[in-house]
Amino acid sequence: MSANVSAIGFFTRTRRTGRIDITDILSWLWLIGGTLAVLVPVLWAGMSSLKPEAEITRFPPTLLPRAAVQMEVQGFDKALSLWNVTVDDETREMAMVRRIGLKAQMVDPQNPGEPVSVDTRTISPVQRLTVATENYTDPLTRFSFLTFLKNSVFVTFVATLLTLAVNALAAFALSKYRFRGDKAIFVLIISTMMIPLTVVMVPAYLVIVGVGLVDNLWGVIIPTVASPTGVFLLRQYMLTIPDELIEAARVDAASEFRIFWRIVLPLTAPALAVLAIFSVLWRWNDFLWPLIVLSSRENFTLQVGLNAFQGEFSVQWHYILAMTFLSLVPVTLVFLFLQRYITTGIAGTGMK
Amino acid sequence: MAPSTGLADRALDLVMALFEAPINAVERLIGRGRMPYVFLAPNLVLFGIFTFLPIGIAIGYAFTGGTDLLISNRPFVGLDNFRTLLTCESYLVPGSCEESLFWTAIWNTLWFVGFNVAATLLVALVTALILNRAIAARGFFRAMFFYPVLLSPVVIGLIWKWFLDRNGLLNAFLQMLGVPPEIFLLDVGWSRFFVVVVSVWFHMGFYTLILLAGLQAIPKDLYEAAAIDAATPSRTLFRITLPLLGPNLLVVLILLMIRSVQIFDEAWVLTNGGGPGTANTFLVQYIYQMAFAGDLRLFGLASAASVLMGLVLLVLTLAQLRLGKKVES
Repeated sequence: MSANVSAIGFFTRTRRTGRIDITDILSWLWLIGGTLAVLVPVLWAGMSSLKPEAEITRFPPTLLPRAAVQMEVQGFDKALSLWNVTVDDETREMAMVRRIGLKAQMVDPQNPGEPVSVDTRTISPVQRLTVATENYTDPLTRFSFLTFLKNSVFVTFVATLLTLAVNALAAFALSKYRFRGDKAIFVLIISTMMIPLTVVMVPAYLVIVGVGLVDNLWGVIIPTVASPTGVFLLRQYMLTIPDELIEAARVDAASEFRIFWRIVLPLTAPALAVLAIFSVLWRWNDFLWPLIVLSSRENFTLQVGLNAFQGEFSVQWHYILAMTFLSLVPVTLVFLFLQRYITTGIAGTGMK
Repeated sequence: MAPSTGLADRALDLVMALFEAPINAVERLIGRGRMPYVFLAPNLVLFGIFTFLPIGIAIGYAFTGGTDLLISNRPFVGLDNFRTLLTCESYLVPGSCEESLFWTAIWNTLWFVGFNVAATLLVALVTALILNRAIAARGFFRAMFFYPVLLSPVVIGLIWKWFLDRNGLLNAFLQMLGVPPEIFLLDVGWSRFFVVVVSVWFHMGFYTLILLAGLQAIPKDLYEAAAIDAATPSRTLFRITLPLLGPNLLVVLILLMIRSVQIFDEAWVLTNGGGPGTANTFLVQYIYQMAFAGDLRLFGLASAASVLMGLVLLVLTLAQLRLGKKVES
């Protein structure tokens, strides 16, 4: 009894100890309801992605992936379907040979003898838990899924490396030097935060045409490498690095690039990690810009490919959901492992 | 950890070896004092080509017609594109406008912004207030609500499309309650409703986080003082919490507005490109359609619409900065 009470106490502890009032109950309803609202659509799509094609659009749907059982029976060329049949007050699993009107010809799958005739209204199909792994394996071989995956990984990886390098260099210049125009350049860079890609997408596409990067993965990578958010975040962090370190290195005759690479960059690692996480998430999930730049299938990234899939195979939900889930996995793993850094990074910089 | 740091060190060494000699040669040539310009160069070149140049082009294109990409092959049409977009017998009736799809998109976007901002703000505020209480497992809940923020809009569109399908889970649930199934995304009212629902579902975690950070910055002794004065919870909420949360609420409000105006990805996937009919065709989609989808290639018209949208966003951003300053002082 006392264990019970303390368990309830643990889950319902509030600011005022010892009392549960209506606001606590409402809070819990809100939180649990919200969690369900987040999880149910995602998990429902995940469960559905494991269903065989024939089962996926059954209504009302079943929770678990189940499918009618087919069985090879000696003496028959094709696999036969299994049914629950009641004969002589005894329920047995039998294989259906053929069906004529309300009568079905059934045989015992283990010991196929003369077929018996059964009223179809008394039989029901045998269903077993079946995980349709082919939903996941087919797209890997039959469609260009692996190509999309490769393109997405390439874009994400290269763009993140370039983003870190280009913005760290700029942040170093803007945090550790005083030079003519430093403030103006900083304001200029930060002011571009106000210009979202959606506003400049038409002319940015024309620039991409101009430099010959249409339908090229580099056309997806390069335009957003210089990120005002990245410069801002790294600069704020580098400002906290003491200038004495840099002065000491200069006394030792280190070059400016060596100071950047050997002293400032390693000390900026936490900020670089936050920017790297965000860059990976942005690039992996990016849709509109790749949709505009890429036109041939072999260059599609995962998101553009998924969108194309759902246009082409709008009835083949078993494949679409499986591929949706495959593209969800990396983000979910990143989140599970780096949840704390991601949420504090966002709270600290307001970026998304 | 040792092997991975070793690897990282070796990678750093390699890059150092590749770049040090040429960059140091530059340093000897131009002197130490000019090195910051060298470090800024890659960034500024990219900004110049892919941000500032496009802004210039957008403004230039907005005054030209035709379907050719090269600006030299495009006829100058003055304010024609803007006139086309803005000519309307009644601005309340998109059908009476010369460019009726543009006004349909404007009205759809305005409705979406209104409902989405209100709903997201309310849900995020309530969630933040609850998560700010001394409740068990709040780290878990915070992570849970935040998870959708990181997903791709395409994935979210597809997941919800499946959830709302004719044979989907929502219809199965409604059937259990005896309500006839509905094809939600083919119904004008329902599809608009669910575009907002999906948007709130997708983004509320982000705004919750900002509001939560604000709530946690409110000094605890204010609440202790209120408790001593036996203030009611609602009085505490309206007299202490909300006024002190003001700056954060304002940031959230403006960010939400700026981002809602730009709705595209998830609505596009969810509604098969703006359907049913044009019920979910928003401003960004209009620009995309005019310039890229199909063979219209009306870059001038699309650029003019972009410029108008940029002006709206600029006003919103300046309002944010202005209000931010006012609230601070």
